[in-house]
Amino acid sequence: MTVFVIRRLMQSGLVLFVMSLIVFFGVYAIGDPIEIFISPEADQIERERAKAALGLDRPVWAQYFAFLGAAFQGDLGRSFVFNMPAITLILQRMPATLELAVSALLLGIVVGLPLGMYAGYRPNSAGAKAILAGSILGFSLPTFWVGLMLIMVFAVNLGWLPSTGRGQTATYLGITSSLFTVDGLRHLAMPALNLALFKISLIIRLARAGMRENMLMDYVRFARAKGLPMRRVVFVHVFKNILIPIVTVIGLELGSTIAFAVVTESIFAWPGMGKLIIDSIQRLDRPVIVAYLCIIVFMFIVINLVVDILYSVLDPRVRLSEAKG
Amino acid sequence: MSMAPATRDPGVQTPLRRFVADFAESHVAMAGLAVFALVLGAALLAPLLSPQNPYDLNQLDIMDGRQPPMTKSMEGFVFWLGSDDQGRDMLSAIFYGLRTSLGVGAMSAVGALAIGMAAGLLAAYFGGRVESVVMRIVDIQLSFPSILVALILLAVLGQGTWKIILALICVQWAYYARTVRGTALVERRKEYIEAARCLALGHRRIVFRHLLPNCLPPLIVVVTVQVAQEATLSFLGIGLPITEPSLGLLIANGFEYLLSGKYWISFFPGVALLVTIVSINLVGDQLRDVLNPRLQK
Amino acid sequence: MVSRGSRALLAFALVLGIAAAPAARAQDLVIGVQSGATSIDPHFHALAPNAAVRDHLFDRLVHQDEKQRLVPGLATAWRSIDDLTWEFTLRRGVKFHDGSEFGPEDVIASFKRVPWVPNSPSSYAAFVRPVVDIAVVDGHVLRMRTSAPAPLLPTMLSAVAIVNRKAVEAPTADFNSGKSAIGTGPFRFAEFVPNDRVVLARNDAYWGDKPAWQKVTLKLISNNAARTAALLAGDVQMIEAVPSADVPRLRSNPQVALHRITSNRVIYLSFDQVRDQSPFVTDKAGALLPNNPLKDVRVRRAISKAINRAAIVDRVFDGDALPAGGLLPEGNFGVSPNLRPDALDQEGARALLAAAGYQNGFAITLHGPNDRYPNDERVLQAIGPMLSRVGIDTKVVTLPWATYASQASAPGYAFSVTLFGWGSNTGETSDSLRSLLATPSREKGMGASNRGRYGNPRVDELLEKALATVNDAEREKLLFQASELAIGTDAGIVPLYYQVNTWATRKGVTYSARQDEYSLAQFVRPGN
Repeated sequence: MTVFVIRRLMQSGLVLFVMSLIVFFGVYAIGDPIEIFISPEADQIERERAKAALGLDRPVWAQYFAFLGAAFQGDLGRSFVFNMPAITLILQRMPATLELAVSALLLGIVVGLPLGMYAGYRPNSAGAKAILAGSILGFSLPTFWVGLMLIMVFAVNLGWLPSTGRGQTATYLGITSSLFTVDGLRHLAMPALNLALFKISLIIRLARAGMRENMLMDYVRFARAKGLPMRRVVFVHVFKNILIPIVTVIGLELGSTIAFAVVTESIFAWPGMGKLIIDSIQRLDRPVIVAYLCIIVFMFIVINLVVDILYSVLDPRVRLSEAKG
Repeated sequence: MSMAPATRDPGVQTPLRRFVADFAESHVAMAGLAVFALVLGAALLAPLLSPQNPYDLNQLDIMDGRQPPMTKSMEGFVFWLGSDDQGRDMLSAIFYGLRTSLGVGAMSAVGALAIGMAAGLLAAYFGGRVESVVMRIVDIQLSFPSILVALILLAVLGQGTWKIILALICVQWAYYARTVRGTALVERRKEYIEAARCLALGHRRIVFRHLLPNCLPPLIVVVTVQVAQEATLSFLGIGLPITEPSLGLLIANGFEYLLSGKYWISFFPGVALLVTIVSINLVGDQLRDVLNPRLQK
Repeated sequence: MVSRGSRALLAFALVLGIAAAPAARAQDLVIGVQSGATSIDPHFHALAPNAAVRDHLFDRLVHQDEKQRLVPGLATAWRSIDDLTWEFTLRRGVKFHDGSEFGPEDVIASFKRVPWVPNSPSSYAAFVRPVVDIAVVDGHVLRMRTSAPAPLLPTMLSAVAIVNRKAVEAPTADFNSGKSAIGTGPFRFAEFVPNDRVVLARNDAYWGDKPAWQKVTLKLISNNAARTAALLAGDVQMIEAVPSADVPRLRSNPQVALHRITSNRVIYLSFDQVRDQSPFVTDKAGALLPNNPLKDVRVRRAISKAINRAAIVDRVFDGDALPAGGLLPEGNFGVSPNLRPDALDQEGARALLAAAGYQNGFAITLHGPNDRYPNDERVLQAIGPMLSRVGIDTKVVTLPWATYASQASAPGYAFSVTLFGWGSNTGETSDSLRSLLATPSREKGMGASNRGRYGNPRVDELLEKALATVNDAEREKLLFQASELAIGTDAGIVPLYYQVNTWATRKGVTYSARQDEYSLAQFVRPGN
């Protein structure tokens, strides 16, 4: 196992390098950042000065090597637009996105798993059909549409919840988060729900599919024949077996929520990383884009690593030695 | 539960017939199939069904814009579902938009599936270095936001429907690869694979005829999402050419009018998208249940 | 029979609704803004949202009122002594936020800092470049000597913030943290969270009209619909950049008031006038035309006549725009009364095309952004059929600004007919002419945004003379002539419409709408 983990981490170094290369040249291909920053009234002299000040007058290869050099010393560049270290900008916004992602995921699991298991356990009941129908709605409606509807209903018409932004934060056990204040929770409710809808639907369907399959399997029959109560069979044995695809998807969803909850963050003006990345992409603020994606790819590697380890815990038949199978 | 009626001779029932019979058991799924057939028909026959070609700028007139449903247009035909702000007949736009959305959704799903499944299965089956390389590429791809991929492709290749399909494929295949690999990792350890190995069946046969079908169920769940993906890209402003809107683009364009009382510009395309996705899901659900060997009674 | 579950749910909802939200005091103002400031440093980035924040914290020598006319700021009076010297009389008794006295040394320090700011993506260096020497006279009068006649110096200085002399070499980070964000403005710095909000507190020692608000939050809500929803929900008391689609609904809402003014921003079409073969100009079959029709003024004028500006204003903007014939709306300096928007004239357009030799028409592709100007996409799509009706088959392609801006500009000039906007920061037409219609010249700093590379030596001559004429009346005459020639006669660009800036406030709060699009809390007043 340790060899596995170490080897995975070494590979991540290579991945980071490839990532930075692709992003750097990809962003270069999109366009010239100076045209976006420069005040339209600026004359040619001012344009040249700005280009030189931001290092954009050198050939792109030279810029990339400069970036690599600095990166090895821990400096991932300064945002063109904010003139702050890209890492600082990103880390400033990470708690907000983490809050949102974790809440949405928790909601997804807490609501989706039981509902999905029930739907799979009693597939022909009215409840199961209703749950399934609901889950279809969950990912048929586009996120931005649902978000605006939520705002219209709960903020504008009912006035129960604030329509925008993140609430007050409090520090507890060294962690500062808006999860610890009532005001924070009020602001978190709608964005988290908006994000969670899709996950709830997905988890419901995966859990249901898994339940239905497993309930028909021999080992369930044998366990019942042995005299085990149904509750134990379901919650101890079947549960573990349906988890693998769910765990995969949760891992992927966690990653992509943290990375790209762009639409929800835009609509709710949630000060998270997703909004930062899309703004940076539209402004061609290359240092932020590169730094951000390197961090994200690293995060995905870690998440996938954890998921893989969970696979082997959940199902001993899976051996992760990465030796020839 | 599916007892062959006494009148049918069991020996004559082909696998296909049985498949159809099993599928037809669920009324809901049949309804879904019917609706989907309608949707597909509308999409394919769009030029014949539409009073106007909404993709031809020359047929539009802005003075016809934002008319409520059942108004007459300047050309003489009726805007059954109203018109959007450029003067496009909503009904025609929905038919053509369905065509585009389904086309883009289907082609990107097929492309991403093909690549993703191949990659995931290869990784899980061969393990070792192959798996490491493939999975690391997957990690890189997963980290790329779809909007960045779309922007880069747009800048390098120019605008067009194919570029968007390419972008969607690029973004989605990794997701499928990861899902398939997860399931395949479990499957490859199971007895039937060992048995096949013992029989010295070739790799390709084992992978495609034995491993693959058992990995399908979770995948089908994940695939049905594809059509809505494009709507989000459109909402973010990177999407299909503005003059050839898909359903997603119509919804995104009409988004601004949701609060202003001209609901039809966003509402009807939204309903169309909803109906399409729901019907696809209903059919997909039943398909999955029927095809799953482990759910056979 | 209410089940336990639903009772719990109801209780939860009540708790959410009633639970103490932080009590917003009557003196707190929250403004929903469309683009966020990228820095508190007023010299760092010449960007509109940064300038708006700057105007809350820092004063300039000269201010612009809501019609962009010059009014006293930290200078109570100014005059031009001769062609190369300007004299500014400084206001006395002004204190910085930290209590120190304002004096001439602060102005000199600010001028020194402007070109020095490191890593600036777009600086104000050009604004202070004309000044070669500042002499202090009588302790509170400044004499500035310029290298060449600078008739616009006071206007340019209305964008140069005066910072405390101690900040002469303070890095941008010190401003963002608040350490050096010491100005003389109506508000003091409280908090800056990049890409999220700026929080300000009232400066009770302000020399001018005291602001009505104790605490001001500029909250970034870039999504249009969400911003409007926030106003309707009461989470913010004012929003800027109200999309024209929402205006009718807001107008009929008794809890909301609208404030509008014609903007200084004109949206125009620019044509490739240099290349004989332009990449997106073809015959109707698709083959590139060997002689670029866009080089012919009759063709450009025909295009202008084919566009139904009234329909665009009415249908795309619901009336929230003004047809344009020049570079700035009426009432601004240098706006010639002889330049009127071309009325729709399809017959005339066809006749002009025939006279130019194109009675069978040709084909073009119109390019534009889809996320930059309000309704930009819709305008482009609306123009397509209008041109097609006079025989110019038009395809419309819209691109995200990130790609569009660089492809349309130097060195690639990838397109033939492009849509752009131009907002004048000086409130007069000289800078518009200079950047858009002067023959591009790096040495003279002209034509930097002249993407069509239009050039008329006579226009250049008139413009150079105007830029060196300090006398207002004479300068205005020259500007009239230059713009009448460049736009009226030559159709160097085809202006389409002026935008209208709309703000929406909750009833009980009012705002004097500004031509420069800035949302300034000091001009937001309680009342109706």
